[in-house]
Amino acid sequence: MTDSADIATGRDRAKSALTLSQEYLQRHSFIELNARERAQSLFDPGTARELAGPFDRIESPWLFVQGVTPQADDGCIVMRGTIDGNETVVIAFSGAFQGGGIGEVSGAKLTAALDLACIDNEKGKPTSAVMLLETGGVRLQEANLGLAAVAEIISSIIALRRDAPVISVIAGPVGCFGGMSLAAGVSSYIVMTPEGRLGLNGPEVIEEESGVDEFDASDRSLIWSIFGGQQRYNQGLADVLVEDDTDQIIKTVRELIAKGVPAVHRSQQVDLYRSRIAALDASSQWAPSVWSAASLARSTGRNQEPVNEEEKH
Amino acid sequence: MSNFTGIRGRIWFKALTGHEAPTPGDPPSVLTADAPIGDDNARFLCVVPDHDSRFPCASHGEVGLEQAYTLAARIREIIGADNAKDGGKKRPIIAIVDVKSQAYGRREEIGGIHLAAAASADAYATARFAGHPVISLIVGQAISGGFLTHGYQANRLIAFADKEVLIHAMHKEPAARITRRTVAQLEALAKTVTPLSYDVEDYAKLGLLYQLLHIKNPEAPSPEEISLVRDTISAAIADARQGPFDLRTRFESEAALTARKASRQIRARLEQQWNQ
Repeated sequence: MTDSADIATGRDRAKSALTLSQEYLQRHSFIELNARERAQSLFDPGTARELAGPFDRIESPWLFVQGVTPQADDGCIVMRGTIDGNETVVIAFSGAFQGGGIGEVSGAKLTAALDLACIDNEKGKPTSAVMLLETGGVRLQEANLGLAAVAEIISSIIALRRDAPVISVIAGPVGCFGGMSLAAGVSSYIVMTPEGRLGLNGPEVIEEESGVDEFDASDRSLIWSIFGGQQRYNQGLADVLVEDDTDQIIKTVRELIAKGVPAVHRSQQVDLYRSRIAALDASSQWAPSVWSAASLARSTGRNQEPVNEEEKH
Repeated sequence: MSNFTGIRGRIWFKALTGHEAPTPGDPPSVLTADAPIGDDNARFLCVVPDHDSRFPCASHGEVGLEQAYTLAARIREIIGADNAKDGGKKRPIIAIVDVKSQAYGRREEIGGIHLAAAASADAYATARFAGHPVISLIVGQAISGGFLTHGYQANRLIAFADKEVLIHAMHKEPAARITRRTVAQLEALAKTVTPLSYDVEDYAKLGLLYQLLHIKNPEAPSPEEISLVRDTISAAIADARQGPFDLRTRFESEAALTARKASRQIRARLEQQWNQ
């Protein structure tokens, strides 16, 4: 290799590194916004209105007695307005408050927002819902009322999604775990960033319940290879993978609202997913790639089925 | 904590249906049977332990990938068949609940257990919205994701009242550890913070239950006790048919007026501000 070629390659590299860093600089992180800002950012300018906000001061009645300072919005923001001209309600959880855990108030807030959107749709006024999920699941300090709230949330999503899309966005590192992973599971679309994570049981819980041989919760690469947004997208368990960029997330949400209610929801495709599990050998531990398109094709001897094939009841 | 999760489930499944064999082709941990109750022919579903399960983390009465998808398939079968019969009475679906928890395993997470659980909850809720009376009979444990997957979408919840019945978000020991308390501290707090309590009598105070049943011998029920349970399920079916088909009875019940005051307050505030 000549000197001049070396210089040229070096220059190209420097140039592409520069372009890359400029891209990063121009990117407006969605994750770094707080829950209120994230919700606000999705709406058409001047149309967002917060409901049952911090000045209404409806806090969790269960935390103070347990030595936890309650928050005036209980870590859940509800906003109404238009997105690309479409009536939408956005519900955002704050991972910074109690890990985004679902308590009595935050849970009832989400359920009520979904139910009110449902009533509007029934009245002929189309209203979509977007859930910004940063939540570890049920808030253990409110245990049974959190779990009950999650059951009600799931029910209300299923009622609303008949008439309007319910979009789950899992952007930040808190991820979406516990009972709320079922809420994401029954929604119309799931949007994830590579920083987002989705699963029923988090790594610490599995290690705690089933031992370190089952799951080593300190193994970062294992965690991301199973729960991470890239993996969930590769598996077909998330619909859209998008960078942590507010503009890209806005664009994605607009597109999904425009797309409307899918012909069939993922959680209705029982035979498809049941047969996938049935085809896998469970006698030894699975590699995260076991469910990739390629290994599915190998294990079932056919190509991966398109997601929309199953009948809808 | 009971070491016999699933024993009661199987006993009551057999007592109410006369069957205890799994459906051919289904995993042995999911029992499905169609049996008469009152004037109806209902579909009964139960998850039981299967010590030879091919999924090791789902062998002691946990709800795992196979259990969740099997439940979903067996429920959707009923929805589809009754939907085809125009104007016919929708068959009741009875979930007999004795589940230790969801399955905590690596295979489960790789295989997307959250979607499996969602598919089962979806099937139960879809049945309910389609007009099927969905009744849960909680005879033992009903914990966390296991309960969300199997039973918590019912129109009416019936529970046995004794110390082996546990309805909760997490078992006592891990819940104490995660919230950095001792079990004794957790138990003391649960005396004043009702949603923390592991006592089913306290759970009943939250307003979520349709009925609490005192059964003397839940592991060896007498014919009288079995007929009491059957009558209660029949009454719940009739009540569920009156509607509503959503879950509002859980926060509109008399007990909920006090126990879920904050839920009702935030709901009212949102309703008030929605169209302002």
